[in-house]
Formats: sequence, C-alpha cells, structure tokens
Amino acid sequence: MDRRPKLIEILRQVTQKDVNPADDESLFESGTLDSFALPDLVSALEQEYGISIPDSDMNPRKFETLARMNGYLDSRL
Amino acid sequence: MAFISEFGCWLPTRVVTNEEAGAWVGADAEWVRGVSGIEERRFARVEDTVAAMASQAGLDCLRRAGVEARSLGLVMVASGSGERSFPGPAAETALLLGIPGTPALDVPMASAGSLFALGLAARLAASVGPILVIGAEKMSSIALREPMERGVAVLFGDGAGAALVTPDHGSLELIDVELASDGAYAADLCLEPGQPLTMNGRSVILQAARKVPAAIRAVLERHAIAPPDVAAFLMHQANQNLIVKIAAALGVPAARFYSNIRRYGNTSSASMLIAAAEWLRESPPAPGAPVVFAAFGAGFHWGAVLARAR
Repeated sequence: MDRRPKLIEILRQVTQKDVNPADDESLFESGTLDSFALPDLVSALEQEYGISIPDSDMNPRKFETLARMNGYLDSRL
Repeated sequence: MAFISEFGCWLPTRVVTNEEAGAWVGADAEWVRGVSGIEERRFARVEDTVAAMASQAGLDCLRRAGVEARSLGLVMVASGSGERSFPGPAAETALLLGIPGTPALDVPMASAGSLFALGLAARLAASVGPILVIGAEKMSSIALREPMERGVAVLFGDGAGAALVTPDHGSLELIDVELASDGAYAADLCLEPGQPLTMNGRSVILQAARKVPAAIRAVLERHAIAPPDVAAFLMHQANQNLIVKIAAALGVPAARFYSNIRRYGNTSSASMLIAAAEWLRESPPAPGAPVVFAAFGAGFHWGAVLARAR
C-alpha cells in the first residue's frame, strides 16, 4: 500500500500514539482510534490529500482500517 | 423575528454520582468523567412524569418573566422520553400550567427538540402571541433499560428547561434560524418501543462534529459575524468532549460554550434550555452581544439559532 507510511504518520499525529497497525486491523477495536479522534482523522485526510469528504461519506467503517482508508482514497483521487 | 424574555428550569433533587452509575455497568467514575465530562446527574422520582417536570420548568420561566400562563398563545414541549407514544406530554403540561384549552404542541425529538421548537416559536410568535417553549426529559427511564450498556447508561440525566418567546420584547432578540435533518442516519441513534437505546457513538460524534459547526457558521455568515465575536454558545449538553471539539472547529475557546454537563449529564432535549437558564443568571450578556443556540440529535436533526442581547 503506497499510502501506508503517510496514513501511519497521520494516525500517529491524530492519536498521539506510537502505533503501527496491520492494514486490516480495526483501529476501533484495538483502541487506537476513539470516537473523538475520528473527526480529526477525517479532517487530516482531507488536508493531506486535498479532498473534501462529504457528510454522506462520513461512515466510520470507511475509516476503520488502513486498508479501508486507502480504498476510500482510491475512489476519490 | 421574536424575542426571548426569560428562561426557566427544573431539576430533580436526587444526585446520582459516577460511582453509583458506573457500578451499574462495571465502569469506574474516572472513566465516565474522561469519556463524557460528566461527574453526576439527576434522576427524577417515579411520580415525576415528563409533563410534571415540563410544567415545573414552565412555571419557573413564567414566574421569572412575571407573566401569567393565561397570556400564552401556545405551549410547545420537546421530548424524546414521554411515557406514551401518544398523546405526548404537551397537552398535560398545559393542563398542569392551569391553561386547559390553550393549544399545546408536542415536538417528539430527542436532543435537538428544544432547538427546533425555539426555531419554530421564533417564526410563530408574531401570529400566535407568547409561546412557552419547554424541553423536558426523563432519560433515566430509558438509560436504565436492560441490557444496560456501558456507553449509554452513565450518560443521561433527567430535567426540564423552558424559554418564553414573545413577539415584541425580551432580553434576547431572535435573529435567524438554521435547521436541518437527514433521515439517512435514523438507525444510528434510535429508541424502539420497549427496547434499550441504540447508539452508534462513532457516527453520532463524526456527524455532529461536522454538522454543528457548519450550521453555526451558516447562520453567523448571513449576518457577517465571526465565531470569536459570539459572546456565548448555548449548546445541547451531549458530551463535554464534543463541545470542546466543536469549539475548536470554530476557532473559539471552549469556555465560550456554557457547560453544565458535569452536574447534570446529558438531559437530551432539556439540556440546552437548562444551560440557557443557568447561563443567563450567571453571566448576562452585554447589550448587542451575539448569542448562539445549537443542537444535534436523533434523526439526525441539527441546527443553530442566532440571537442578540438587548
């Protein structure tokens, strides 16, 4: 996954945790990402990739794993 | 548009601490405080119906305003926790206020109900006269349904708040209203008959963290007001962490958002008006100062109302 290093960097920045999750690891189940960090993650992705994520795409499952984030970004870029 | 002449509120006397509430779901008090900002909440007695609580808040508001109930043109009661599917608590509230025959309208909405009622009252007052807007909730009857969930049972409290909306005078002039709804998220925060509350907390927070600042910005931009120029934000007291996040999104200090969630928990549609009642007594705004009401709730429904101090 080309974007993995950048996604990890964003995740670490948002959560303030030194994490290195597997691509398919649930960031919610592992406790990496809580409800209040999720909006920050979405904002950081918008900023990093120069996109505006519409409210209709704000489904937490789209951002639950690095693989899903990457898939969503593929569909938008 | 219209004015708010006074606020009122009523809260049960029974204090439920985090220690007590946390024990129901195996959570420690500090965890509850950390995830919500809540330290205690109030629970009503069995005999405190939603209508009874609503009428007490309404009477407090009318007393403070020096207005007789018989002068009201309409009573509106927002609640998502009425004891019955129908009738809602509005007609009984009007009866308890001593004004049977006065039209009484239920706004059966959780969390954003008093904001929507306030927005409607702002537009109706010119034609029907003074409107008593009340938000009243007995959330303990919902939060304690089995099976209790850790992320739900500890969040809620009971109470009622009220605002008197008048067509021609008051301490706050209602300037503009921005309301919105999207049923695509109905299942993310809902209460089926006899069932425990269903809440997809991630979806609620994600949507609220985006939609509430956008609604506030929309209503402010129409009047060329920057968020930092708002004297006070009176928001539905859902979660202190959400309030802080919304304040940050708007670029204003969190302290600008009046907060009493620490003492009362999330009282759903009652919370915004309870907060307003306490805020006005503690920190009356300077004349001309903009004030913003905002809420987000099941539906999803959300929005903001702009007022200006007189």
